[in-house]
Amino acid sequence: MLRGVLGKTFRLVGYTIQYGCIAHCAFEYVGGVLMCSGPSMEPTIQNSDIVFAENLSRHFYGIQRGDIVVAKSPSDPKSNICKRVIGLEGDKILTSSPAGFFKSHSYVPKGHVWLEGDNLQNSTDSRYYGPVPYGLIRGRIFLKIWPLNDFGFLRNSPNGHRFSDE
Amino acid sequence: MAQSQGWVRRYFKAFCKGFFVAVPVAVTFLDRVACVARVEGASMQPSLNPGGSQSSDVVLLNHWKVRNFEVQRGDVVSLVSPKNPEQKIIKRVIALEGDIVKTMGHKNRYVKVPRGHIWVEGDHHGHSFDSNSFGPVSLGLLHAHATHILWPPERWQKLESVLPPERSPVQSEEDCLQGSP
Repeated sequence: MLRGVLGKTFRLVGYTIQYGCIAHCAFEYVGGVLMCSGPSMEPTIQNSDIVFAENLSRHFYGIQRGDIVVAKSPSDPKSNICKRVIGLEGDKILTSSPAGFFKSHSYVPKGHVWLEGDNLQNSTDSRYYGPVPYGLIRGRIFLKIWPLNDFGFLRNSPNGHRFSDE
Repeated sequence: MAQSQGWVRRYFKAFCKGFFVAVPVAVTFLDRVACVARVEGASMQPSLNPGGSQSSDVVLLNHWKVRNFEVQRGDVVSLVSPKNPEQKIIKRVIALEGDIVKTMGHKNRYVKVPRGHIWVEGDHHGHSFDSNSFGPVSLGLLHAHATHILWPPERWQKLESVLPPERSPVQSEEDCLQGSP
């Protein structure tokens, strides 16, 4: 009787480890489902939306301007932030308000990206904590799956003028 | 004839079963628990690679210890380079968040390490691309804690978490104001 229970326990532990490892590989190298909270990406992503993120672009260094990425927060490595990539390394970024008279620019350093939320009035992003190292990016969000009335690929930035001068 | 075909099929099924168990478990182990890596460069001499390019040390990288991003001053850690995300660099942690560091070659004489960041330096000052060049690094870039040297065998040892006494953080704001030239 004891041997039966022990055998069942070992098998359960074995399956848990095996499926846990498959899940880790899937999330780390392919992609996963995430829930976003906060107002910083409105109207593109609302609070409590569920999205699908893929991690292949990060591993192959294919993140581009205009992509929405999920990254580790620079000031808190245990929490994630969800923002749009406005500039890649070497790009010129407008750091002052576009309506202001004196415009100030800065260049994104090597190995970093400039992130901004779509809801500029209500977003803590690179305008506050500076450029973010590329190594903190975890994945690219490309599909919204909840709510169902807003299902589909994500729209372009509503703030077109924030992109670097060509 | 039928018997030998049956043998091939059973072998193939066993192989697939083993493959789909062994590969994810191995990959997860190497990503989450521990792996080994060869150290290149002279930035951590004399602790690592004292022989220069003749013999590169191989170290044991422990991911499990840094799963909650907990490091101590003096730990030798590997992290993703802030200037080149394809490369990992190995340095010693000199200061944690909130410490004030007296820098060597940085544009500011004193730097307060922001929340969620650490200050890392190579042991071989002057030959090291570290926080004195790129500033404090975010803890999110932390990759692993290097705990032991595994190769060459005559250099088997545990890497001690020792903070060089001249690099300990400055105690307070007053020390900065008194010390600056």
